[in-house]
Amino acid sequence: MPTTLRPAPGVRTPPRAGTPWRTRLFQVEERTAPYAYIAPFFLLFAAFGLFPLVYTAWISLHSYKLGSDMEWLGLDNYTWLLSNPEFYNALWKTVTIGVLSTVPQLAIALGLAHLLNYRMRGRTFFRVSMIMPYATSVAAAALVFAQLFGRDAGAVNWLLGIVGVDAVDWRNGDWTAQVAISVIVIWRWTGYNALIYLAGMQSISQDLYEAAALDGASRWQQFRHVTLPGLRPTILFTIVVSTIGASQLFGEPLIFGGGKPDGGALGQYQTLGLFMYQQGWTYGSLGRAATVAWVTFLLIIVLVLVNTRLAKRRASK
Amino acid sequence: MKNIRKTSTAALTTAVAGTLLLAACGGGGGSAPDDGTTVLTVGLFGTFGYEELGLFDRYEAEHPGITITYESTQGEDKYWPALQTRLASGSGVADVQGIEVARIADVVANQQDLWTDLRNTAAAPSIDGYVEWKEPAATTADGAVLGLGTDIGPMGICYRSDLLAQAGLPTDPAALSARLTSWDDYVALGTEYRAAAPAGSAWMDSAGGFYNAIISTEQEIYYDATGNLVHESNPAVRSAFDTAAAAGQAGLTARLEQFVDPGWDAGFASGSFATIACPSWMIGYIKGKAGDAGSGLWNVTTLPGGAGGNWGGAYLGIPASSEHVEEAAELIAWLTAPEQQAEVFASVGNFPSTTAAIAMVGDATDPWFNGAPIGQIFSDSSTNAPVQILGPEDGVIKSAMVQALLSVEANGVTPADAWNSALADVNNQVG
Repeated sequence: MPTTLRPAPGVRTPPRAGTPWRTRLFQVEERTAPYAYIAPFFLLFAAFGLFPLVYTAWISLHSYKLGSDMEWLGLDNYTWLLSNPEFYNALWKTVTIGVLSTVPQLAIALGLAHLLNYRMRGRTFFRVSMIMPYATSVAAAALVFAQLFGRDAGAVNWLLGIVGVDAVDWRNGDWTAQVAISVIVIWRWTGYNALIYLAGMQSISQDLYEAAALDGASRWQQFRHVTLPGLRPTILFTIVVSTIGASQLFGEPLIFGGGKPDGGALGQYQTLGLFMYQQGWTYGSLGRAATVAWVTFLLIIVLVLVNTRLAKRRASK
Repeated sequence: MKNIRKTSTAALTTAVAGTLLLAACGGGGGSAPDDGTTVLTVGLFGTFGYEELGLFDRYEAEHPGITITYESTQGEDKYWPALQTRLASGSGVADVQGIEVARIADVVANQQDLWTDLRNTAAAPSIDGYVEWKEPAATTADGAVLGLGTDIGPMGICYRSDLLAQAGLPTDPAALSARLTSWDDYVALGTEYRAAAPAGSAWMDSAGGFYNAIISTEQEIYYDATGNLVHESNPAVRSAFDTAAAAGQAGLTARLEQFVDPGWDAGFASGSFATIACPSWMIGYIKGKAGDAGSGLWNVTTLPGGAGGNWGGAYLGIPASSEHVEEAAELIAWLTAPEQQAEVFASVGNFPSTTAAIAMVGDATDPWFNGAPIGQIFSDSSTNAPVQILGPEDGVIKSAMVQALLSVEANGVTPADAWNSALADVNNQVG
C-alpha cells in the first residue's frame, strides 16, 4: 500500500551516514565528553567528600553517642560549642601554634630555597635531602621529638644543661609545649616549602639576576628586589596551604601528648583537631565532634577567603 | 571522534565499576573456610596473658576444628572507641571481645542488645564462683549476664627498696607496712623521704595515680547506689583529691602522668620515683619496664592500714552479632576457668577473680620482687576490698580529676581552682 511508504507522524527517518543527525551527535558528544572525563573524580568526591560533609552536618544536629541511637537536638550542639571555654581555648591554641610554626617555617624555607638556587657542589643532593623530613611519618617524627623534649632524659634538656640552663618541663609548660610542637611541624614542612619556593625561583629569569649583579647588587639585594617580587604568587600559595594545614594540626600534638587528646593538664596544646577527637573518641559524643568538625570547616573557608582577598588587594596595588 | 567515544565509555564504565566495587566492599563479611573448622576471633586490649602463655594454642590442640585468630590493641582508650563503632555498624566485631571494668556499667546500662546473654550459653555454669561483686557488675536489671570475669585489680604498694634504704627508711615489707597505717602516714613518710632522698627521686610517681589509689579503696565513688551522680558531694572524692593535691604541691610526686608520659615508663628503671600504688596487673608492667636490671630492686607491701581496694580488671563478652556464639562461649568459659586464671597470674600478674583460683595462688611469691608474697598481699587486698558502685561516666570523671591534679603538681594551679575546673569539665561533658 502506498500509504505505508510515508513515514508515520512522530517516527524519525533512520539516520544515514553524513546526515546532519550524525553531525549533531558528534556535537553533543563533544560537549558532554569532558564531563565524562571528570566524572570519576566528582563521583568519588560525592561519595567520599560531599556525602561525609553533608552527613556530618546532619549528625551535628543530633545527640549521637557512640553505640546508641541518634536523637534530634537542633542547634543545641552549636550552642554548647560556642559557650564552651574549652572550644575557645582550642581555637586560640590552634592560632598560636599555627603562627609559631608557620611563620618561621616559611621564612626558613625561603632562605634555604634562595641558597639552593645558587650553583654549588652537590646541589642535587641538598635539594633531595630537603624532602626527607616530609617523607617521614608524623608518628615517627613526633615520637622522636617527644623523647628529645623529655623532661628527665631528653636531649634538649641535656644540651641546655651543658650551657647551665635548668631542665625545662616541656610538656607541662604552656608556651614550652607549643614551641616543642611547632619545632616538630617546622622540621617536617620546611623542606617541602623550600622545594616549592625553589620551583618558583626557577621560573624567574636568570637574566634579571645577572643584570642585578652587573649593577652591583649584593645577594641580599638580589633576594629582596628580584626573588621576592617574582615569588609573590608562590608565597601566597604556601601561606594558604600552611594556614589550612595549621588549622588541622592533629598528629603532632596527639603523639606529643602520649596519645591522649587532652593537650596537657590545662589544654595548653589542645588544638581544634584534638578537641574534636576527644569529643568523638574519648567521650563518644559523635554529635559534638561533628559540630566541631563543621565549625572548623567554616573557619577554614573564612581564612582562605581572607587570604585570597588580601592577595588580590596586594596584587592590584 | 571514535576514539573519544570509546574513552568516554571506558571512563564511565570505570566509574560505575568502581562505585559498585566500593559498594561490594561495604557489605562484605568474613569468609568461613570450607574444611569444617570454625574460626573464632578474639579482640582484646593490653596484656591478658592468653597469647603470651600459649593458651590459645593449647585450646586449639584440645579442640580440633577450632582455630583462634587473636588481636590486641595496646591502649584500652583506643580499643574501646574502635569497638563501639564496629558494634554500632554491626560488622567487624570479634566473636570474643574484652571489656574493661570501667566500661561494664555502660555496657550493662546501655548496650544489652549488643551483647550475648551468657545465661543461655555453654558459659552459664561458669557464672558462679566469682568474688562477690564481679558478676553482679556485669548483670543487667533483667538478670542478663553480659561478660565473664577475667582478672580483678587488688592493690598494694610497690617500692624501690634500694632508694628507701638510701633515704634511711625501712625496706622490709613488714617494717614498712608497720609505718603505714593510713594514707596520711604514707604522705608523712614521703616527706621524710624527700628530706634524705637521692637526687632526682620523688616519693611517688604522680598525684593522679595517688588519687586513683585512694579512691579505689572506696565503696561509693562517683555514683550512689541508686545511680545518681555524686562526684561533687561525695566527701570521699573531695578528700582523696585534696590529699593527692597536697602531696603534689609539697613536691612528693615526680609529676609523671601514668601510662602517658614517656618519662613514667622510664622512671621504673631510673628511679624517678620510689613508690607507686600498684594493682596486681601492674606487677607485670613494672617488670617489663624496669627489665632484668630491676630484678631485686623492687618489692611489694600492703596498702596503708591493710586496706583493700580494686583498680581495674576485665571481662570477656560475646557480641550479639557473633555467628559462633556456642563455640565462643565454650572458649571464654575455658579461658576464665580457675586453672587458667591461676596460670595467668603466675605469668603476667593479672589477679584471678574466681574464688577457686584465688585459693590456688594464695602462696605465690615473685622472685623479681625480692620474693614478695604477692599471692598473699593481693588476696588480702581483694578480700578487704569494698563492693564498688560503678557508673557509666566513671571514666570521664576520673580523667578530669587526674588532669586537674596534674595541673596542680606541674602548673602550680591551686587545689581549689583545680577542683573547680575538674567539676566544670565534668559538668560540661556529662551535664
